[in-house]
This record gives sequence, C-alpha cells and structure tokens, in this order.
Amino acid sequence: MTLAVRDLAVRFGGVTALEAVSFDVRPGSITSVIGPNGAGKTTAFNAITGYLRPAGGRITYDGVSLTGLRPSAIARRGIVRTFQRTSVFPALSVEDNVLTGMHLRGTAGFLEVLAGRRRLAVEEKGLGTEAAAILAFVGLAHRRREVASALPYGEQRLVELAVALAARPRVLLLDEPGAGMTGAEKTAVSGLIRKIREQGVTVLLVEHDMRMVMGISDTVIALNGGRVIAEGPPAAIQSHPDVIRAYLGASGGAA
Amino acid sequence: MTRAGGFIVAAAALTLPLWLASAYHVHVAIMAAIFGVLALSLNLLLGFTGQLSLGHAAFFGIGAYTSALLTLKTEWPFWPALAAAVALAGAAGWLIGRLALKLRGAYFVLVTISFAGVISLVSVNWIELTNGPLGLPGVPAPELFGWSLRSKTAYYYLVLAALALSYLVCARLVRSRIGRAFVALRENEALAESIGVDVTHYLVLATVVSAAIAGLGGSLYAHYTRFVSPEVFLFSYTVTMVIMVVAGGKGTLAGPLVGAVLFTVLPETLRAAASWQWQMLAYGVLLVLLVFFLPRGIVPALQALRGRGAS
Repeated sequence: MTLAVRDLAVRFGGVTALEAVSFDVRPGSITSVIGPNGAGKTTAFNAITGYLRPAGGRITYDGVSLTGLRPSAIARRGIVRTFQRTSVFPALSVEDNVLTGMHLRGTAGFLEVLAGRRRLAVEEKGLGTEAAAILAFVGLAHRRREVASALPYGEQRLVELAVALAARPRVLLLDEPGAGMTGAEKTAVSGLIRKIREQGVTVLLVEHDMRMVMGISDTVIALNGGRVIAEGPPAAIQSHPDVIRAYLGASGGAA
Repeated sequence: MTRAGGFIVAAAALTLPLWLASAYHVHVAIMAAIFGVLALSLNLLLGFTGQLSLGHAAFFGIGAYTSALLTLKTEWPFWPALAAAVALAGAAGWLIGRLALKLRGAYFVLVTISFAGVISLVSVNWIELTNGPLGLPGVPAPELFGWSLRSKTAYYYLVLAALALSYLVCARLVRSRIGRAFVALRENEALAESIGVDVTHYLVLATVVSAAIAGLGGSLYAHYTRFVSPEVFLFSYTVTMVIMVVAGGKGTLAGPLVGAVLFTVLPETLRAAASWQWQMLAYGVLLVLLVFFLPRGIVPALQALRGRGAS
C-alpha cells in the first residue's frame, strides 16, 4: 500500500519543474514535502493526482500504476487531494459540500435513479448520517446549513478537508492545509491530521509552516530546484546542511 | 416547492381546461406546457452543470422532424415515433457531449450554436427528405387506444403528462448523487475531479438527457401544430428557452416552469393589448427589470423571501 514516486519529471515548455524525483510514502505515515517557493512541491502533487501529465517517471500505488490516469480515476483508487488555494463548492451548503464529496460512496445508477428505487432513499439517509459525522469530526457541525462561500477563511479550509475525507481516502494529499490560518487554527488542524492518520489514512502534505511540519511528520522530504535534496525524520532534516542552505541561500550556508 | 404548493399547482393544471374560456386559451396553455418541457431540458444543462447550450433548438427540431417524418413517410403510429424522436435527439446530445468533452463556457456555447446551424442547413437543403423550406404539412394528430387526441383539450392533457414526466426525470436526477455530480461540475470542476467525479461522463449524461427531453418537446410540437419546417431550428426558440430558465431561476426545479408560463402567457397578453412595436418594447423593459431586480430569477427570490419570513 505504498505510494511510490520514481524518477518523476515535469517540464513546462523549456523549464524543468521536477527532475528525477523519487520517494515513497509509507502506509500509515504522515509524510511532508517541504522546500522553498518554486521548489516543485505543488507540481509534484499535481503530477501524482493526475492534474499534470509528467514528462517522465512512474507513480504507483500498491504496485499499480497511476501515471496518465485522470484525477477522478486516481481518486477512485483512494488517493484524494486538497488544493493550495481554498477550494470548495461555493454556492452549496456545508452539508451538501460533504454529500458531494461522497460521490464515490454512493452506488445509485442512472436507471435506478429514474425508477426512484426505495433502496436509494435508504442510501441517501445513510450518506446524510455519515456526512453529519464527518462535519462533527472537523468541528463544523454547527455550520451545516450555511453556504460554504459565506464562511470565514479558516472554516472554508475545514470544509475542504471534510469534502476530501468524505471521499474516504486511503492516501490524503494536503496542499498547505495551514496556509493563512491563525496559530490556534493550525494547532487544531495538526490535531485533525493526527486523528486522520490514526484512522488508518496515509497523509502526504505540502506545508510551509516548519513548526507544524516538524511537529506531525514521520518523514520529511525536502525539495529544491525540482530535486529531492534530503529525506528523513524531522530532526535529521532540520539539521541537514543542504536543507539549511536551500532555505537560507548559499551565502547563509557558508557563513 | 412545498407538498401543499405542489398539490395546488397539480390540481390547477389538471382542471385548467375547465377554467379557460376559449380554445385559444387552451392553445396558450398547450404552448406553455411544451415550452415548460423545453425549459426543463435546458435547465438541466444550464442550471445544474452550468453549461449553456445555445443550440438547444437543434434538439427540439430533431425531435420535431423525426416524429413528423416517421409518421408521414413510414406511417409509424405516433407513440413509437415519439420514442424515436426522444432517442434520436438524445443521440445528438451524446454526439455534442462527446465533441464538447473538454470544452467549457464559451467554447461549449460555440459548439452547440454551430451544431444547430449545421442541422438547420440540412433541414433546408436536404429537400428529398425534409421538403426544404416548404416544410412538412399534414403531420397526423396522435391517437391513444383508438381515440384521436386531435381536440385541444385532449392534447393539453398529453403535453401535461409529458411535462410531468420531464419534471419527474429532472427532479429525481437532481436530488440524487448524479445531480450532485452535475452541480459539482458547475461549482468547481477541479475539486469535483479530486473526489472522483468523472466530470466528462456526467457532462455527456446531462447533455443526453437534456437533448432527449428537448426532443420530446419537439415531437409534441410537431403533432400539435401538424406542420414542421426549418423554422423549428430558429435561434429565437433557443433564446426563448434561455429567457424562461434564467428569469424563472436556473438551477431550481420550479424556475423553468414559472418562466415557461410567464413568457408564454405574457407575449400573448401583450399581443391583445398593444401594437407590435409596443409589445416588443414592453417585453424588453420587463426583461431588463427582471434581470436587474431578480438577477437569480423569480423562484430563488421567492425562496429567499420565504426563508427570511421563516427565520
């Protein structure tokens, strides 16, 4: 059940965004990808989840290739992502956002829906109960009926997390879940991520907040200039000379 | 709509011919119901998937021509011809959906407009089949168990049944996970994909169902007016449908029906009241006022009002 990235390469025109990036995300781990702006973190996310077609390399989950699949097909294999810029279904209520996120959980087919089978009403009810549980988990139960776009920023990010969880991922990719949040909100999100992992979901995250990354990660992968420059437990990465140089610049490393 | 409200509307619709003074009024009711079918069909795409089909008259016209040709040239009875009209319009919808796979917004609009243009040209120029601009007169009136549905009142109940069926199809779809997938495409396509909604699959599905319902409207129109000509492909039909959906409230189930009734009855009322120029002016002013004061449409405005009253 390992998510394996091998020799991943992405180019935009003549610009190389990722070059021979390889790493594994162990099942049940919280793995973070860090790196300065432009290091290729989000690009790696986009390639893994099918939003970008890589120029080279392989991505496999549990030994099965994901390369070249559409995002929805990748989601069907249990790999679900969130986005760096807040991404919800804006005009829908918080509850409908989560119900929409449960798309893969429902089984109602076209003809069944037209026939109005009783089974479907039962299924809808079950999904509703589950949606309520997910909203309670992320702490948005009291916002259930509100329109997603009307919520404050921090809560919209929680809606996004709830939508992703609704798809019942096996691997959850979070793109800067703490971005723009207050300290207290970040602590809450860190707690949620730990709880998500405890439920058996593997978490891969891109994050800038070093305190958050170092606090929750089992493994940290440092990218710079489209390459992996270091990989290991948080403590080792924090003191890794190449990582320090990447963040502070070459002169900083020399000083 | 609440249960009581729905019941009242259904009762009013069922008893309508008893209230109406003349055959002319029943005619207006029939046209309102046919346009109700068309508006429901357009709304499935525009209101729920967020894609504007500006060639919707093509599906309407394909339905009309299919039904007319099958009953006239091969002497099929009405019912199988109706089914064929729905199927062929649906197939055309599938084609458009496949062509527009990756196209959204303005590009989707262009594909649908071009498609309608091409179909319209075919209807004008394939004279052996369609009789060209002269059209096809003498389309037979439908029969049911040997009874002719030639009378306006009987035909009213036929189109009312078709309207109810179209509404049921839309309502069931929209309230299911399939409808949520449509809306997900409208609201945020990238997010929809990330949670496993195969967006192109659902766009094709919505286009097929929408086109099939428009084909139903086309067949009913052909057997009502008893005449089909390339006029059924006129852009103004599409525009009328768009106005009905937008004014009534796109993305709601009741909105297209309200829009269809309003914008069928209103021009007829104006016609009785004023000269042609004044009609057009009044129509235009009303549209501008509607868009200005009720930008989301009549039904959403009423819902908001009721929500405020309740809280």
